[in-house]
Amino acid sequence: MATESKQKNQAPLIEPGHTFGSVSDKISSLVLNKKTPTFWFIGFGISFMLMNLLLLAIAYLLFKGIGIWGVNVPVAWGFAIINLVWWIGIGHAGTLISAILLLLRQEWRTSINRFAEAMTLFAVSAAGIFPLIHTGRPWLDYWLIPYPNTMALWPNFRSPLVWDVFAISTYATVSLLFWYVGLVPDFATLRDRTKTTGAKIIYGVLSMGWRGSAVHWHRYETAYLLLAGLATPLVISVHTVVSFDFAMGIVPGWHATIFPPYFVAGAIYAGFAMVLTLAIPLRKVYGLQDFITMRHLKNMAKVMLATGLIVAYGYSVEAFTAWYSATEYEGFMILNRMTGPYRYVFWSLIICNVAVPQLLWISKVQNSVVGLFIIAMFVNVGMWLERYVIVITSLHRDFLPSSWDMYSGTFWDWATYIGSIGLFLTLMFLFLRVIPSISIFEMKTLVIGRGDKKEDKK
Amino acid sequence: MKEKDIEKNTTLTELSDKFGQKYGKDYWRSLEALSQTEEFQQAVQNEFKESPVEWENSLNRRHFLQIMGASLALAGLNACTKQPAEKIIPHVIAPEKITLGKPLFFATSFVLSGYACGVLAESHEGRPTKIEGNPEHPASLGATDIFAQASILNLYDPDRSQVIKNIGQFSSWEAFLNLLRTQLEAQSGKNGAGIRILTETVTSPTLAAQLKTFLKKYPSAKWHQYEPVNRDNVKLGSQLAFGQYVETQYHLENADVALSLDGDFFSGMPGSLVHARKFGERRKVDGHHAQMNRLYAVESSLTLTGAMADHRLAMKAGDVLTFAQDLAYQLNATKEKSQHNKGVAGKKWMDALVRDLKSNSGKCVVIPGEFQAPEVHYLAHAINKALGNIGKTVRYTKSVEASPTVQNNSIRELTDDMKNGLVEFLVILGGNPLFNAPADLNFGEKLKTVKTRVHVSPEENETSEWCHWQIPQSHYLESWSDARAFDGAASIIQPLIAPLYASKSFHEIMAALNDQAGKSDYEIVREYWLSQLKKGDFERSWQIALHDGVVAGTAFPGISPTLRAFNLAPQEAEKGLEVVFRPDPNIWDGRFANNGWLQELPKPISKLTWDNAAIISPASARVHGLENGQSIEIKRNNTSIKAPVWIVPGQANETITLYLGYGRIKTGKVGANAGVNIFPLKTSDGKWSASGISVKATKEQVELASTQDHGSMEGRHLVRESSLADYVAHPELFHEMGHEPDPEMSLYPPYKYDGYAWGMVVDLNACTGCNACTVACQSENNIPIVGKEETLKGREMHWIRVDRYYTGDENNPEVAHQPVMCMHCEDAPCEVVCPVAATTHSDEGLNEMTYNRCVGTRYCSNNCPYKVRRFNFFKYADYITESAKLMHNPDVTVRFRGVMEKCTYCVQRISSARIKAKKEDRSIQDGDIVTACQQVCPTDAIIFGDINDENSRVAKAKAEHRDYGLLAELGTRPRTSYLAKLRNPNPELIES
Repeated sequence: MATESKQKNQAPLIEPGHTFGSVSDKISSLVLNKKTPTFWFIGFGISFMLMNLLLLAIAYLLFKGIGIWGVNVPVAWGFAIINLVWWIGIGHAGTLISAILLLLRQEWRTSINRFAEAMTLFAVSAAGIFPLIHTGRPWLDYWLIPYPNTMALWPNFRSPLVWDVFAISTYATVSLLFWYVGLVPDFATLRDRTKTTGAKIIYGVLSMGWRGSAVHWHRYETAYLLLAGLATPLVISVHTVVSFDFAMGIVPGWHATIFPPYFVAGAIYAGFAMVLTLAIPLRKVYGLQDFITMRHLKNMAKVMLATGLIVAYGYSVEAFTAWYSATEYEGFMILNRMTGPYRYVFWSLIICNVAVPQLLWISKVQNSVVGLFIIAMFVNVGMWLERYVIVITSLHRDFLPSSWDMYSGTFWDWATYIGSIGLFLTLMFLFLRVIPSISIFEMKTLVIGRGDKKEDKK
Repeated sequence: MKEKDIEKNTTLTELSDKFGQKYGKDYWRSLEALSQTEEFQQAVQNEFKESPVEWENSLNRRHFLQIMGASLALAGLNACTKQPAEKIIPHVIAPEKITLGKPLFFATSFVLSGYACGVLAESHEGRPTKIEGNPEHPASLGATDIFAQASILNLYDPDRSQVIKNIGQFSSWEAFLNLLRTQLEAQSGKNGAGIRILTETVTSPTLAAQLKTFLKKYPSAKWHQYEPVNRDNVKLGSQLAFGQYVETQYHLENADVALSLDGDFFSGMPGSLVHARKFGERRKVDGHHAQMNRLYAVESSLTLTGAMADHRLAMKAGDVLTFAQDLAYQLNATKEKSQHNKGVAGKKWMDALVRDLKSNSGKCVVIPGEFQAPEVHYLAHAINKALGNIGKTVRYTKSVEASPTVQNNSIRELTDDMKNGLVEFLVILGGNPLFNAPADLNFGEKLKTVKTRVHVSPEENETSEWCHWQIPQSHYLESWSDARAFDGAASIIQPLIAPLYASKSFHEIMAALNDQAGKSDYEIVREYWLSQLKKGDFERSWQIALHDGVVAGTAFPGISPTLRAFNLAPQEAEKGLEVVFRPDPNIWDGRFANNGWLQELPKPISKLTWDNAAIISPASARVHGLENGQSIEIKRNNTSIKAPVWIVPGQANETITLYLGYGRIKTGKVGANAGVNIFPLKTSDGKWSASGISVKATKEQVELASTQDHGSMEGRHLVRESSLADYVAHPELFHEMGHEPDPEMSLYPPYKYDGYAWGMVVDLNACTGCNACTVACQSENNIPIVGKEETLKGREMHWIRVDRYYTGDENNPEVAHQPVMCMHCEDAPCEVVCPVAATTHSDEGLNEMTYNRCVGTRYCSNNCPYKVRRFNFFKYADYITESAKLMHNPDVTVRFRGVMEKCTYCVQRISSARIKAKKEDRSIQDGDIVTACQQVCPTDAIIFGDINDENSRVAKAKAEHRDYGLLAELGTRPRTSYLAKLRNPNPELIES
């Protein structure tokens, strides 16, 4: 009871005055309302253009070769890998919010889980492009998949890149399933409420004959819980495996046992920052302040603060280990990061990821929507810089000084990166338009919860 | 070019008609006017409309060979790829000796500046593909330099001059013969007074005989010799010393102590390969033998010789004479000493050197640089005599040149005659005087006074532009000739392939001049030698000479010229800024400008590619506030050039070294407009350094592509080095510099090698850093070039690179070279991370790269601590140019875009040795396999073989105390290991 009363003092998870009907009306109207808002067209238009930039960049890449990017020897990985890790990191929040918070019975996840999951899927889609196109001969990428073939050749199971294939594809599959299963009851709501025949058919098919019977609900709950159970270890594993790409390498700055936990924390950090980045404008333009309340934002800010501290710990442990190991290459690597030619990137990363988020200790900042948005943007940038530091500064000066060289992204590197943001946003806008961005039926459980208590008092 | 424009453009034929009408028979004189008009340029462009694609960016430059491929359609190479329409008959019985897939080797000779180096050219089904050293040739001893290695690319260069041209129009040999007939008839009345023949340095006995025949018939005609990198100073020095031109040879095998006076006897100098081999032999230190020679070097710019030196002193080029005078004085070789009180070298250094030389009298040698003043050469002769070295470490013979000439005087005479209107008919056999004649002679202007000018050269260069006739010169692999090596030994140059284009050899031109047109160069050379080899069976001696690559018994006998007295005025120390000219280490005087391998080869010390630069020392850069790439204006005698700065530690302070040969305008696609032309500053005084120059910094920046930006080892034990004395006292010291983890620590079970286990050792004590291995590897393994832009991005493709590290004082650093190729690690980091198993371990310990399987994740390269893996970021390999197809080694895959590649230990050579051994039912013996880098190495620094065989050279080398693995502390267990570098400092000069 103590926790309940504590919860009561906090901002509510859903603003008062909502009924089942009003929740359904409000959320489904975002999709079913015929008039598409102007901002959507503007946003979608820009995103779509950026996505076409991605297509152009990929077409040119396939035509010319990987040389259009800035990669070289020694820095044979560049933007593609940075972007891969960045997007995968962002893709962590959705499943974490849906699965882990579900298992932990955190009710506040309800209003943000749907679009967080969507964000995960789209981020993983954006991420998935990069390992495919970054190879020298992308048309042979399927050789990384173990399939029976006449050459009797298998992939090299010792290579972390093969582990990546499994980790990322599994994660993408489970995330998609999880998201879709959660959507089924809402698709049924849309089917029932939509007035156009085409939409009725599409939503009808997607809702898989959902009628809302007790048996349906029972099976749904079981399936959803099982998927949550499946997804939970994946949240941890996918970034762990991605971190192995580096940790299994011999390169100073990569070869570190801290990488898996530090990457997972970083991913959650980045993921929550991205959820905030999306949720804040979303609740504003769609008027969803009733559903995505300050309590949600504050909770996410707290998760960011916590994971941000873990990430900061990771940075310091890297430096400590480099010193403690007394390995000249490791020691040089840290010094080079801090004082070498890429020092500006490193210190920007520290400012973005370590210094600025400390403002979240202040409750005024926690309560400021604008403040949260700005900090989230800092973290988005900071996490990209973190991957830049890991990939580039480790490679550009490794063991033999004779091979040392510099790296910088070319126009096509940036075009691909910005284009991938375009892809992500395009998918996001399409999602907002055709799928309820907040779970209708789960929001109703919050209404029920509150109503029950009111009746008790009476 | 847009189609519309093409339509509008006049064709060459129309144009020539037009000019023919306009100028009538006088059109010769209007050549300049004609070639300068836009119409003419346009017409030439049209004539070659497939070829001149603008090089706006790197990609196009990289694709130069592909672009040029189209122009080959003009040149009759079609026969190589297309079958004729007529009924053809296949070889049912193959030509004698040719077995498909099995290469043949022919002895021939590569000639640079007249001096021959014997080579064995590898031929695959009639196509020469690779140059190897000829162990039986006295100037090669089995090795070659970078020029000989890269010369094969010149043969297949699609930009070569391909057809006889008369003022830019295609012409014919017959037309040229007609011209000769009229010209010679006109001249015969005046004994040929209007005829001049300009050649480069001639050592070819046949060509000399032909020239003499010609001059006999036309006694008033003159033969001039000129090339910019000549040996005038050597000749003048010998004239001072002996009153005659003698050839000096150095026997480093007998020298315990050597002193180099601003020269580089390891590269460029005649006999340099022999110097390197013999010097290297005296530096082999093993368990039984712990003695080394000692090398002192005094020099203005850091050279390979200086880098090898145990003691090196950076000194202005102009001060070397002062130094030599003091040294000679102290060694009682001259009576005068310099006016410099303390001596330019400092007393301690000089005293130690003098004592060392004195105590090694008869076992030491002083070698003056070719580009030092004649007086330095005189003093060197005097010192060597005073030290009793003559006949022991120094040997004199008569000059190797057929007609030794001071070439700067020769070209001056020619230009004077031209100015005075005495020259009516000029035949230029090779060379590019318009580009590289001394600037003050104004050769180009005066050339215009000559009525008829004929130029024979392998490529259309600046001089071709201003000559009426351009005749393509045959490559040495296409024509018969002969030449002499540094010791006088004559070699017959035999071709491996019929001329690819309508080219002619000098002998054929001279035959035409001698009224013997139509005589083949084979007949000419053979006839000459028929007159020479009179003793015994000519056919037999001829066959032997061809087989061996050297004519037996033609080396010159030693002579003992008497040293004359010469009083040298006391010298002073040089004041102010000084500029030093040197031939470019890669493209020489510019003749290799269109050779992509040499352009992209990192220069020995500066590691620059594709450019020359003004080399200055770090201290001078600070004084003048200059930084790398900043353009400076250098002014001498009212002429100024702009060159980018490149800072090189070890360069003498206040000395700017400029490498000649760059800034070519009229050459092929590769070399055009690369670098800066230095020749405008070089004058006919023959001096290779000049003071009294002014330098102005500009704000312009030039991007220079260097392949190694970082020269310090950062305290890492990469090149392990100590003094000989320390090593003898404590042989384990190299092993204590690094800690190798226990091989049992690997997660994976160890590989078992029941048969062979290939391994390599590189002796850092012998390596001079000459780069020959890099070019040899490039040639053997079909390694593409990538162009300057790609090199700037760090994408060069060399499988073996020579790392250069500096240690110690930046003003006078010690330099270490380290050739780095794939280490074929026992626990290779690359193998584990490749997702598709494209790089795997063989049962003989090779780290094998399967190109077909590679998808190009580049993870292997990231995980390779040696960064020896090279990636085809673009389609670098040339799949289009017909001539490049002929050049490729058929035993090595040409790699496609998007795959990783790296050193294979020349696996194709291992395979061929295995096949041979199996056929003979034996195992592969030590020495059966010689990798390309090993074959070419002048100092024998690379050893390859089976480490399972205890008696193999490589196994023995690996058992040395000096043997260590690069980065072995990472647990990679490299198969390639290094023998640590030793220096042998004079105990008197060791600073405590």
